[in-house]
Formats: sequence, C-alpha cells, structure tokens
Amino acid sequence: MRLINRHPERSSRLLLVILPFALLLFAYFVGSAERLADNPNDKLLPSAVQMGDAVKRLAFSADTRTGEYVLWQDSASSLRRLAIGLGISALAGLCLGIAAGTLPLFGAPLSPLLTVLSMVPPLAILPILFIVFGLGELSKVMLIVIGITPALARDLEQRAREIPVELLVKAQTLGASTWTLMLRVVLPQLLPRLLISLRLMLGSAWLFLIAAEAIAATDGLGYRIFLVRRYLAMDVILPYVVWITLLAWLMDWGLKTLTRRAFPWYEGARA
Amino acid sequence: MSFISVNNVWQRYGDQVVLEGLNLHVDEGEFCTLVGTSGCGKSTFLRLLLGQETASKGQILLDGQALAAEPDASRGVVFQRYSVFPHLTVLDNVALGLELPHAPLLGRLFGNAKKHAREQAAALLQKVGLGHALDKYPAQLSGGMQQRLAIAQALIMKPRVLLLDEPFGALDPGIRKDMHQLLLALWRETRLTVFMVTHDLSEGFSLGTRLLVFDKVRVDPHAPGAYGARITYDIPLNSARRKALAVELGATAQ
Repeated sequence: MRLINRHPERSSRLLLVILPFALLLFAYFVGSAERLADNPNDKLLPSAVQMGDAVKRLAFSADTRTGEYVLWQDSASSLRRLAIGLGISALAGLCLGIAAGTLPLFGAPLSPLLTVLSMVPPLAILPILFIVFGLGELSKVMLIVIGITPALARDLEQRAREIPVELLVKAQTLGASTWTLMLRVVLPQLLPRLLISLRLMLGSAWLFLIAAEAIAATDGLGYRIFLVRRYLAMDVILPYVVWITLLAWLMDWGLKTLTRRAFPWYEGARA
Repeated sequence: MSFISVNNVWQRYGDQVVLEGLNLHVDEGEFCTLVGTSGCGKSTFLRLLLGQETASKGQILLDGQALAAEPDASRGVVFQRYSVFPHLTVLDNVALGLELPHAPLLGRLFGNAKKHAREQAAALLQKVGLGHALDKYPAQLSGGMQQRLAIAQALIMKPRVLLLDEPFGALDPGIRKDMHQLLLALWRETRLTVFMVTHDLSEGFSLGTRLLVFDKVRVDPHAPGAYGARITYDIPLNSARRKALAVELGATAQ
C-alpha cells in the first residue's frame, strides 16, 4: 500500500503524538546525565532535580528581598502587557481592516499604507519607541501593537473583500446604511476571522514582548530569562521557556475553542 | 403610463458594448422572464434594474421616477448563490430586513419591537415552508431551502419589484418544480412585478406572463464586443394569468 494511503489507527495515533516529545526529552536527559557525570557543576544541561529546585525557588517561595513570588509576578506582568497589546491591536486591526476592505474610498489610501507599514521591521524601530515613549510599560505595549496591527489589518481587509458582493447588495435591498451594513453584515462575519488571525500572530506578539522585556524592564518572563543568562542559569531559563510555550499554547487553544463556541456557523459556512 | 420604462438604455464596459438601445415598458404586476445565451446581457440588465450598476446611456424610470443609482428597499433580489447571510439563523436572516430600516444606529431592535419583527418573520417563513428550521443556520439547509429563505428575506421588505438572477439554476429538477409553485403562489398573492433571469427556456415559458429574449442583432466577427444585445422577442404568455392580472389591476384602478 502506498504511504499516502496509510492512516494511523486511533490507538497508534496517540503513540505517534507522544513519540517525538518523548524522544526529545529522552535525548535531553541522557545528555544531561552524561555531562553531570563528567562534571557535577556543569550548568549547560541541568537535571530535572536541579530545574525542579529552581522552579520551587521561583514559583513557590517568596523572594527574600521583595517578598514576591517571582514566576507569578513575571507571568502576570508579561501577560498583562501581552493582553493590552493584543487587545489594542485587535481593535485597531479590525477597524482598519473593515474600513479598507469595505469602503473603496478608505481602501484607496489605507491599503498601500498598510502594506508598506507591515514591511517595517518592528524591532528596528524599538529604539525609537524607547526614545518616544520612555522605558515604561507603554513602549513595550506599543512594540506589540506596531508589530502586529498592520498584519492583522491586512488580513482582515483581505477577508472583508472576500465577502461576496451579493451579500452587500442584499443588505442594501434590506434597507441597510453603510454603517449598519458594516455593523450587522461585515463585522460579525469578520470576528471569527479576527480570532484566527490573532492565533497566527501570537508567536510574533510573544517575540516582540520578550524582545522589549529583554532590553528594558524590571520584571517579566523575558526580563528574567535575560537576567539569569548572566549566571548561565539554564536551570531557570529552561523551565521559563517551557512555561512560556505552555502559556502560548493555552492562549492558542483558548482562542480556537472560543471561535468554535462563539461562532457555530463559521465552520459550516466555509464548506 | 407604464410602471417601469426603459428608454434607449446602453451599457458598455470600455470598448465592449453589452446592451444597445434597449426599450421596454412593463406594467405593474407583470412576471417577466429573461432568457438568452450566456453573456448576452440579461444579468447586466438585471443589475441595472437593481441599481448595482448605472447605464452608460439612457434611463430607467420606476413609476415615472428615475431609478435610484444604488440598491435600496424598493427592489428585492435573489441571486443564484450568496443570497443569505451565513452568520444569521433563518429567523434572523428574515427579521434583519425589519430591523435595519428602523434602527439606523445599531442596526438591531430590542424588546417588543424585536419580538414583533421576529413574529412577522416567522409567519412569512411558515408560508414558504421553513417554519421548522427557524433556528438553523443557512449552511445547515439544502440548496432549495436556502433559496426559499432568500425569497422570504426579499419579500419581508414588501418591495415593488422582485429581481431573480437564475434563482433555481443550482437546484434539482424536482425541487425546482416546488420552487416554481411557491414563487407563482407568492406572486399571485403579493402582485409583485417580477424580473427573472433564467437559462431554462421551459421555466421561462411556464412561469412568466411575458418572455423577453436577449440576443445580438448585429455581430462583427472581427470585433465581438462592438455590438450589444437587444430584446429580440417580447412574447406575451399564459393568457389566463395575464387576464386575471388585468382584471385585478382594473379593479384596483377603479
């Protein structure tokens, strides 16, 4: 039988899902054990116990200096920045995308502008943000906003253009004005698409967040990783990376579930 | 004075002439079927009537007034596809037409007004045979059911003109027969003026009170776009139905 026609069975599918993760972990811990056997003070590949200690120290015991639980404090700061950034971007992207995609008079000037803006490498203008907005929260949030809004807006503009012209004509024959047409026909059809776009942009958003935190912050997940790098503290960095990955995955899963729950018509309408 | 007058209407896109010198007078309540080969401009004519496009030359009068240059609530439309809103339930698809004109700010009604709109919509849906599917989304309906919904959606506005662009083109023959009966019943009841584009000649003959054939009279083989289509045949049909129509119109006139 050709490979292309062979499908995993239900039971072996789970095994296939777990297998690459298990292999990665296995490779890591074998390497770690070997290095630690050679040199118990090796810092590069910490053992599970060492990482467990670091997590216990950072997550479950109060910092002696500040009295805070570092991991949770870092997570809260980072997630707050991310949420504000994503929220503003979603709103701005939605407004720009709908305006550019449904109103030809707005699309003519907006569309080329958005295309050019989305080509500006956001990290290249990070220094400008620090100069203009200072080193506080605002510049970090702005980096996320500037980084992902143009891409979001362009995607939503495209989706708005894909709405069949028949539907727009139909809405007008049902007495819609431009405003109510956007409110009741275009907007609700773009909302699920917005959530999908946000999912795709999550990776970039985290990238910009961590870059901004690495350069100028006093807390946050990115800040912590770059701080402990000075001490080669892999036992902290690795759990932090795993934690960030888990958070990102959870956000992705949450958005996916929300799309399905909130817009039950969406899957069927695309078929 | 006829209800709709088309006076020397031309439509061209760049060098390509699609319609040339179209003249037509249609009385209120007529059921015109438009037939012709593909690309001969019958759908273009429908878009002109709808206001989706404006004629390059000539004018179209509705009740003596020049036709509004954009689609509005006076003309309902059913397309072959994409006629209903995928994000609204069957009931909301129809109720939307009652909400939009009365809620300029939010596009939706609340409280009693909303309840009333939904009751009206449900009653109409009952009539077109969708009473059992009020809470479904269009994607859950069959093609015929979707077109029933599209017709109900257009009729809730009580338009004076109903434009149908190959509404049953994608349906099975059996379903199509049911839809013909439904459409005729609704036409009799509402006294709408109907324009229906169809590829199916027998459909054109059996449904209409008037058959309009679009064709090119002049053809230049070296420049296929140089001449446009005209109405080459204008055939009165179904005399019994026409007579009933005339009697009724006479009665309302007196």
